[in-house]
Amino acid sequence: MTESLSFIFLNAVLANNFVLALFLGLCPFLGVSGKLDTAIPMGLATMFVMLVSSVCAYLINIVLVTFEIEFLRLIAYIAVIASAVQLVEMALKKLSPALFRSLGIFLPLITTNCAILGLALFQTFKEYNFTQSLVYAIGAGIGFILAIVLMAGLREKLELSTMPSITQGAAVSLMLGGLLSLSFMGFAGLGG
Amino acid sequence: MSKRSNDSITWGTFSEGLWRDNPVFVMLLGMCPVLAVTNSAINALAMGLATTFVLLASGVLISLLRHSIPKQVRIATYIVIIATFVTIVDYAIQAISLDLYNALGAFIQLIVANCMILGRAEAYASRNRPLKSLTNALGMGAGFTIALLCLGVVREVLGAGSLFGIDLFGPRFEPWVVMILPAGGFIVLGAWLLLFEWIKQRKERLDLEAAAETR
Repeated sequence: MTESLSFIFLNAVLANNFVLALFLGLCPFLGVSGKLDTAIPMGLATMFVMLVSSVCAYLINIVLVTFEIEFLRLIAYIAVIASAVQLVEMALKKLSPALFRSLGIFLPLITTNCAILGLALFQTFKEYNFTQSLVYAIGAGIGFILAIVLMAGLREKLELSTMPSITQGAAVSLMLGGLLSLSFMGFAGLGG
Repeated sequence: MSKRSNDSITWGTFSEGLWRDNPVFVMLLGMCPVLAVTNSAINALAMGLATTFVLLASGVLISLLRHSIPKQVRIATYIVIIATFVTIVDYAIQAISLDLYNALGAFIQLIVANCMILGRAEAYASRNRPLKSLTNALGMGAGFTIALLCLGVVREVLGAGSLFGIDLFGPRFEPWVVMILPAGGFIVLGAWLLLFEWIKQRKERLDLEAAAETR
């Protein structure tokens, strides 16, 4: 409860980056990181859903605790996230159909992005208050964008280089993820 | 794939998930728990079994209800069904072993967000009879568990020098700590994928050579 806001923020962005240290949200991280043009909007959409669901999860948790029905937490959270994703999907379809098409299947799949459910669960476990939850969500969102954009940049560079035929595909992306994760380990203890 | 329309349960229904459509190594689904909890073999096994249970139970239930779920709200329905079973597993593990529960942390609850389970519900359970879905889910679950074990064993042996908590190399072994850290997860899975790709390409090349010789 005593964690300062700057600590929570730095922690979520760098030291405990959701993708590279906690392994949350790997599906879009590996799936949509092929090009920068799709990686950035995907990151932004995820961050938006994170914010909405973080606020909703905070409110829902209060209700659940008041009525002592915490066993419904998981079901309630996932329902809220699914509706938030639906909202983003409709907004995007209206505002930018081209982007909507390029994100494809991964947009509805934000629902099953564990980073978002994970965020909602972690903020509940850590008993963050409202401001702390909000900062945590923003940090996690920025961390996700950072990871996916770095990855997309690396993969775009990789497209231009010649590689042995067996590394074509997911294997090399995973190796890259490993290296990124290694470098993010350097942030451990930051902001403490 | 052509056997999909056929209603009979064959060995293929089960074995599909083990190798050809292995959820982890081939389809790259459900990656988050795959990498997050495989820092030891026992965690990997527990996670695999928990996921298999949810896969089986939700598969059968969705398959039973497949004619009564309206098309428009099917995804939401699947998610709620899955979330129910995950809650059950969550409380069950908490009751059976608190140590294991603490080791797996939030990742038991995050089974809900495992895209493999939702993917199976949408692509298989909602289109097939309960018994067939059950067989397929069993295969998928087994494939998932085996894949988790592949990672868990390698990471625990290299990173901690033990297997299922049993010390292997004695006290003089210097553990390769990075393997049980997050970075190791990515690298070990990448290495497994490289191995499988190599085997596949080698087999293709040998087949081609064999075909050329017979001609």
